[in-house]
Amino acid sequence: MTIGPKSKIFLEQAGYRQRRLRDAVRMLPVLGIVLLSIPLLWPQDSGEMSYSSGALVYVFGVWVLLIVLSAFLSRMMHVDGDPQQKGPPS
Amino acid sequence: MLSFNVVIAISLCYVAILFMVAFMAERRAMMGNATWLYSPLIYTLSLSIYCTAWTFYGAVGYAARSGLEFATIYLGPTLMMIGWWWILRKLVRIGRAQRITSIADLVSSRFGKSTSLGMIVTVISVVAATPYIALQLQSVTLSFAVFAQSNGHVWRDAELNATAMWVSVGLVIFTVIFGTRNLDANERHHGIVMAIAVEAVVKLVALLAVGVFVVWGVAGGPSEMLTRIDASPITLWDHNGGRWISLLFLSAAAFICLPRMFQVLVVENADERHLAIASWAFPAYLMLMSLFVVPIAVVGLDLLPTGSNPDLFVLTVPLSQGRDGLAMLSFLGGFSSATSMVMVATIALATMVSNHIVVPIWLSMRPNQQAVMSGDIRHVILLARRLSIAAVLFLGFIYYRVSGGGTALAAIGLVSFSGAVQILPAMIGGIFWRGATRIGAAAGLIVGLTLWLWTLFLPSFGADALISQSVFDNGPFGLSWLRPQALFGISGLDPLVHGILWSMILNTGTFIIGSLVSFPTPLERLQGAQFVNIFEHSAAAPAWTNAAAGAEDLLIMAQRIMGSTDAQAIFEREATRQGKKGYLPEVTPAFIELLERELAGSVGAATAHAMVGQLIGGSGVSVEDLIAVADEAAQILEYSNRLEAKSTEQEQTARALRDANAKLTALSIQKDAFLSQISHELRTPMTSIRSFSDILRDGEVGGDAQKRYSGIIHDEAIRLTRLLDDLLDLSVLENGQVMLNEQTGSLSALLDRAIGGAGLLGSNLKIVRTPEVDDVTITTDLDRLVQVFINLIANSRKYCDARHPRLKISVFDRGSHFYIDFVDNGSGIAADNQQLIFEKFSRVADGSKAGGAGLGLAICREIMRRLGGDITYLPGQYGTAFRLRLPKKKLKNTLGEL
Repeated sequence: MTIGPKSKIFLEQAGYRQRRLRDAVRMLPVLGIVLLSIPLLWPQDSGEMSYSSGALVYVFGVWVLLIVLSAFLSRMMHVDGDPQQKGPPS
Repeated sequence: MLSFNVVIAISLCYVAILFMVAFMAERRAMMGNATWLYSPLIYTLSLSIYCTAWTFYGAVGYAARSGLEFATIYLGPTLMMIGWWWILRKLVRIGRAQRITSIADLVSSRFGKSTSLGMIVTVISVVAATPYIALQLQSVTLSFAVFAQSNGHVWRDAELNATAMWVSVGLVIFTVIFGTRNLDANERHHGIVMAIAVEAVVKLVALLAVGVFVVWGVAGGPSEMLTRIDASPITLWDHNGGRWISLLFLSAAAFICLPRMFQVLVVENADERHLAIASWAFPAYLMLMSLFVVPIAVVGLDLLPTGSNPDLFVLTVPLSQGRDGLAMLSFLGGFSSATSMVMVATIALATMVSNHIVVPIWLSMRPNQQAVMSGDIRHVILLARRLSIAAVLFLGFIYYRVSGGGTALAAIGLVSFSGAVQILPAMIGGIFWRGATRIGAAAGLIVGLTLWLWTLFLPSFGADALISQSVFDNGPFGLSWLRPQALFGISGLDPLVHGILWSMILNTGTFIIGSLVSFPTPLERLQGAQFVNIFEHSAAAPAWTNAAAGAEDLLIMAQRIMGSTDAQAIFEREATRQGKKGYLPEVTPAFIELLERELAGSVGAATAHAMVGQLIGGSGVSVEDLIAVADEAAQILEYSNRLEAKSTEQEQTARALRDANAKLTALSIQKDAFLSQISHELRTPMTSIRSFSDILRDGEVGGDAQKRYSGIIHDEAIRLTRLLDDLLDLSVLENGQVMLNEQTGSLSALLDRAIGGAGLLGSNLKIVRTPEVDDVTITTDLDRLVQVFINLIANSRKYCDARHPRLKISVFDRGSHFYIDFVDNGSGIAADNQQLIFEKFSRVADGSKAGGAGLGLAICREIMRRLGGDITYLPGQYGTAFRLRLPKKKLKNTLGEL
């Protein structure tokens, strides 16, 4: 049997949302890896260099998407700093 | 055309500005108003030392040679940053909690503060960083050479080497001045951090400026640029999945394993929340740094003569277009990239070398307490750090000389990366797997280091430089399965993928197997639990059980390392906490642990542990201690659970007591009321008996009156007797001393008896009985039941105020019980009184009319209870109604209870 506030199984809405945000942050690199692996599925011998600028635009597009998602998530999340901050000497 | 001397002058000015910025930052920090130095912006900018001269110059060269593959080097860290919740947050928290000074310290501290592991990691880091530092020297030297060349002077080796040497010397001076000011590696180097932040902005602006110039100035806009890219000979996407995935992994891993990245990410982190902001801001920085790499490469290949070094396009493209100002900015950007990386890398490496190699050796040469009590350790460590900075740069310089300075920058960088990531299995295993042991980590690291040296590092010098061509072709001593680029006979792989694959697989495998078969020391297990469960505040065993040292000796040692001010502050704080005055607290295990952690912030966990161990001579933590701590924690948990249960129990008891108390109080009030009632009831007839008997005694009354008075006295005496009988009856019933006499009889006969006994003669009360009544046979104490019936019928006779009083008696069979209702057509009893009527001496109507003491219904209730049923007032019957509930077969049981 465990006790204490850490072992809560069910949370109110705000706490629940925070946990799902953390899940989203954890999933973000997975999404990144999947999206960045997609070019490997592109057909090999299409002859022309038609993929050159297309690949460039795709990779940078994914990059921007990841940055925007990460910025959005980190804004929504409340990060509780740890107890012993190394603040400026006052 | 920029003259070479102007370039030199501008560079020196730039360095002077950096000096000033660093110096002012130090000053502001000393004065205590440097809050902005702890902002997330500065943190993000300091991470930019990931973008070195490799990025600034090499990325364009990389893109010109291998297309989009260059982006993997920046996408890997992007993935690592946006997934900061996985690894980085834990690293930062551990770094803070354990006062980690470097990546070697992390690994050493995790695996039982092992000195040897610290050494191994330090060696790997230094060897892996050497090519990287060489890369920076090479790029700065080459960029100088470009300006010399544009002045019509082609540099030869001698001039290149001299430049590389002077750059190294300059860097050593700058780094020593600002990087070894304080011993506590955990404290931030404000000057360096500020200089890095400025350089981060300069290199970003420079690269963006060149990019904007290329896209809008040369190509004429983004869409024209895309057309040019499609037309260029660069194959942007070459479908080499192995390299693409390997490099993503490599750069992501290197991002946390490189000593300098660990330094800025973890050691210099001021606030965990900065990580959340850097998680998108730093990827954005990387993306901007990479944005114009392909355009610059494409335009460079178009504009410059074939054979030009693509690594220098960032510089040569603006020069070739006559944009001297832009070229100068670009040069400063490249210079910034190289210098900031070298500064932080050498600080990080020097900390590792001094803490994990020099100090342990120095301590082991003085095997007794003298080591920590005499000799200026502080001085030794600082000197070691300064010399290490010079040594590391010198090694880089040697690599640059040996490799000849002609290799592509990216190729050198990748070799360095793959060396650094050999630490990854031990580090990740250490913070996520409690079963990881020192033996496993050491074995894995050594295997990884060996494989990396053989497959990537040594071959990076080129064939016949350190490894002869015949070894490349046939393996050492003719063992073909040991060929450096085709281990185990698997040839045809890309050499880089081959090296990373084999080294990581065998490194991780050895680490896991070594950990599975070995048994950790107690300190390892203690540290392992603290690292892995860093977010749970679990009970920790103190690492020392026996503190035999004097506080004064400890203070002397601490002063030698931390300096007297800081050491005294710590001792004084502890003494105050213990309620003592002065500087010498009680030496408790907890205090020794605190002190050790403070020392670890300066000299690393392993050294601090060894030093404290030498001084106190106490025994370290044992397996029994660990188990005791675990038991203790379990006991505390159990105890608190038990306390909780007990307090619930106590609450219940208290509530029961409160209830009992209330009942007792009520009973006491009842008793008082009963006594006063009964005295009153007895007193009234007694008074009349006494007064009439007085009259009779005096003999002054006539015969008629005498007769009447005697009659009154008689009546009152009967009333008194009846009252006393009733009281006695009630008391007997209430005490349960009554003997019940069970009989079987017909209800109809009982009622006849009751009506006869109720004195209905002369009354106009009409009894109505339902026909079912006659069929019922009951088994109970019939005499007692008749008593109840008589009481109810008599009540009705006395109180029914209807013009034609009528009492209806009906019987219902309800399974286990009979319900016998007595309902008259009187005005009934008000709701307030319905509960009261069964209490003793309660009379709803006025007493004189009733002629009773109000005990009747109380007696009825007691009788019915004894018979196993009850009597209730039945509301809603348009008159006074009572319901008797009589069990069919309950009597025996009830008797048994009596």
